[in-house]
Amino acid sequence: MSRETGATRRLWKFHGGVHPPQHKEISTTLPVSAARMPARLVLPLHQHIGEPAEPTVAKGEKVLKGQMIARPQGYVSAPVHAPTSGTIADIGDYPVPHPSGLSAACMVIEPDGEECWMERQPIEDYTTLPPSELRNLIREAGIVGLGGAGFPAYIKYNPGHQKAIQTLILNGVECEPFITCDDMLMREAPGDIIGGLRVIQHALQARECLIAIEDNKPQAIAALRQAVAGYDDIEVVEVPTLYPQGSEKQLIKVLTGKEVPADGLALNIGVVCANVGTAAAVHRAINRGEPLISRYVTITGSAVGAPRNLDVLLGTPMRDLIEECDGDLGRIERLIMGGPMMGFALHRHDLPVIKTTNCILAATAKDLPPQRPELPCIRCGACADVCPVNLLPQQLYWYSKHHNLDKVQEYDLFDCIECGCCSYVCPSNIPLVQYFRYAKGDIWTQEREKEKSDIARRRHEFRQLRIEREKAERLAKRNRKKSALKADTAMAERDKKKAEIQAAIARTQARRQAAMKEAEKRRKSFGKEARGPMDETPQQPDNASDNERKE
Amino acid sequence: MTLPPPTSPHAQAASSVTRTMLRVMIALIPGLAAYIWFFGWGITVNIAFAVTVAVAAEAVMLSLRKRPILPFLSDCSAIVTAILLAFAIPPLAPWWVTFIGVLFAIIIAKHLYGGLGYNPFNPAMVGYVVLLISFPREMTSWIPTLNFLPQELSFAQHAAFIFTGQLPAGLTIDALTEATPLDTLKTNLGLGNTVSEIKSQLGLDEATSMLLSVIPIFGLFGGKGWEWINVGFLLGGLWLIYKKVIGWQIPVALLGSLSAMSVLFYIFNPDQYASPAFHLFSGATMLAAFFIATDPVTAATSPTGRLIYGAGIGILMYIIRAWGGYPDSVAFAVLLMNMTVPIIDYYFKPRVFGRNGD
Repeated sequence: MSRETGATRRLWKFHGGVHPPQHKEISTTLPVSAARMPARLVLPLHQHIGEPAEPTVAKGEKVLKGQMIARPQGYVSAPVHAPTSGTIADIGDYPVPHPSGLSAACMVIEPDGEECWMERQPIEDYTTLPPSELRNLIREAGIVGLGGAGFPAYIKYNPGHQKAIQTLILNGVECEPFITCDDMLMREAPGDIIGGLRVIQHALQARECLIAIEDNKPQAIAALRQAVAGYDDIEVVEVPTLYPQGSEKQLIKVLTGKEVPADGLALNIGVVCANVGTAAAVHRAINRGEPLISRYVTITGSAVGAPRNLDVLLGTPMRDLIEECDGDLGRIERLIMGGPMMGFALHRHDLPVIKTTNCILAATAKDLPPQRPELPCIRCGACADVCPVNLLPQQLYWYSKHHNLDKVQEYDLFDCIECGCCSYVCPSNIPLVQYFRYAKGDIWTQEREKEKSDIARRRHEFRQLRIEREKAERLAKRNRKKSALKADTAMAERDKKKAEIQAAIARTQARRQAAMKEAEKRRKSFGKEARGPMDETPQQPDNASDNERKE
Repeated sequence: MTLPPPTSPHAQAASSVTRTMLRVMIALIPGLAAYIWFFGWGITVNIAFAVTVAVAAEAVMLSLRKRPILPFLSDCSAIVTAILLAFAIPPLAPWWVTFIGVLFAIIIAKHLYGGLGYNPFNPAMVGYVVLLISFPREMTSWIPTLNFLPQELSFAQHAAFIFTGQLPAGLTIDALTEATPLDTLKTNLGLGNTVSEIKSQLGLDEATSMLLSVIPIFGLFGGKGWEWINVGFLLGGLWLIYKKVIGWQIPVALLGSLSAMSVLFYIFNPDQYASPAFHLFSGATMLAAFFIATDPVTAATSPTGRLIYGAGIGILMYIIRAWGGYPDSVAFAVLLMNMTVPIIDYYFKPRVFGRNGD
């Protein structure tokens, strides 16, 4: 079975999915070129899932291209590198791309135009390195999932205590409308992708590798098939176009027929999934020693005169890119980072490109008509028909709307991947995903408060216990003292009595002695005629003592 | 430089309630055409009137409930309810029958429960049942197919009768009205005749029937006249399934269980029970299967739930037709199953991805 001609590999289906109009041809007419160097680069410290990075250079310092300027904090974190050589102009809060529109800590670099690289240390032969070392290098290179999630990649390439990894899947599906950056990467740099695939495969000790590409990308499929010609363990799989097939769990079901358990990871069933862009970044990091400092970004939408893909340095303001593509900022109705199904709308034009920016969609009303007013739910069930997770969005909607947070969890609200298929098809234009996000937020707040009140309750109970214990201790101490005191008094009284008795005895004895002495004296002075009462009995024991005294 | 920040998804499919309702109305056209062909223009008068009353009633209720009028009126759901109710009312019923029925359906069965999406019972069927029970004579005065009428009435003459009660000279209402095939069959079965006997009398071809001054009730495979109307609704319904306006579960389950019941009893005693074909193509069977039972607001939602809901309606339809007091049983069957929808929805949830369905 020849791999090049695309052997018919069995594919499975997942429930639901929609076919939104794709709008992809407009941005794939031009080859990818490097974007112009902007005047400043703004690098948020939090471009990934996990803890924000911590700056390692100070304001005013000069940095080289590729130099680490912020280090990861903790296990789930990623470093940030300087995309070009220049000076750190500022470290502070700047507006960042986030649905909230809030600012966050960023490092601002003023390029010096030299593009002076730091000393790069490419690995000659990655197969000589143990997988843990490879993972460390991937972490140090700041690589996160470039498909949009931004999860630190090195964590995913750790099989941990699981049995061996069966399948490594490279995700070249790119199912969202408008986005074509992965398509262009696959067409132009398939070697980079395969290079990265090999590194990741080595880190995971994976047995087989699949590269999944939707059938709306024939050139990419051809390019990758050519790149893997001759490899027995890599297969390029063409999958029918369907949104949201690029979602990891759904893609794994399509390719392997296995469902990732709802509360588990793909790792639990022996599968790891990586985006093709992430794989290319891994190749550059390991085989060329270049950290993640740039990525392909699609700039598209009707407000852009020449939509295309550009190779963009991280931190480039989006406005510069839009203008480079003949964009008219005034015509933009919605500026979306990402695609129309899962991307979020931005509050300003000058936000920086970050690691997870795969597309800048400068949309007019023609691309994305304004949202129609919400009508009541007519219970048609179209939402349930298209849900890829096979949930019941209708019930989730009713329960979310009525704040029935327990029931909503009973219907598995947290399994929702927020893909937007349900909102897309709703004939009453109900913003279902909004309701679910709201309910999730409510439940998280509730859990946080419950945890807080649990802690408060435990502390209160412990405090009560402690007070009781102290009270008891004090009482015990007092009782001990009291009883000790009582014992002393008793002793003292006994002693006193004894002493009195002794004194009385002594006094009596003394009196007797005195009386006997007198009697002796009288006897001596009056002779035998004068006998006192003491002389009545001559055989008294005390006479003996007197006799002894006489002698 | 601030832009309005709505959240994802930012794209919407072209579907809307209005589009759904318009498609339902389009799908009703074949059945309506057959109806007009066989029974004249009365139905159009009723539909026009019912729609007018329904839209007016809905506008009044929306303003009383302080809701925006235009968005809700333009979703055409009241129009569809009115049309379905008009199909259930005999073409020669006086105007106040339609009037009361529509008012009851829109005001009480729909708006007093909360309006679109909140009513537990199918409004058209509630309206119909109220009429059937309150005005049994008017509601059972159907007409035979046109060639068996003493005189074919024009649109204007229909309208005149419906609104003023005036008939063209020489005609009386009794000369025009006739029970439906299902009604006639039930009456005759009740009188002790067997199906084959009835068929021999009332199942002859048109020429012979006219000669014998008898109005046949058996057409080619279903009720006379009604069989083609049912075929029309069947075609419309299949188109709706193809366009994904309705799911296949309810119609298939309803027709499947109805067929199964009628086959069972037909085999058991063909003299006492009409054939499956007769049941499937008489009365409002196809209308029920594709248009009434599939009303999304009052039907079950999960796929398994829908199969059970449709099957329940089919079984109840047969039971009431065969042994109940009414010749056609769609409305009662649908309303009874509407009652069970919450419990069906609760117990028949689909298996979530990645969970083992506990």
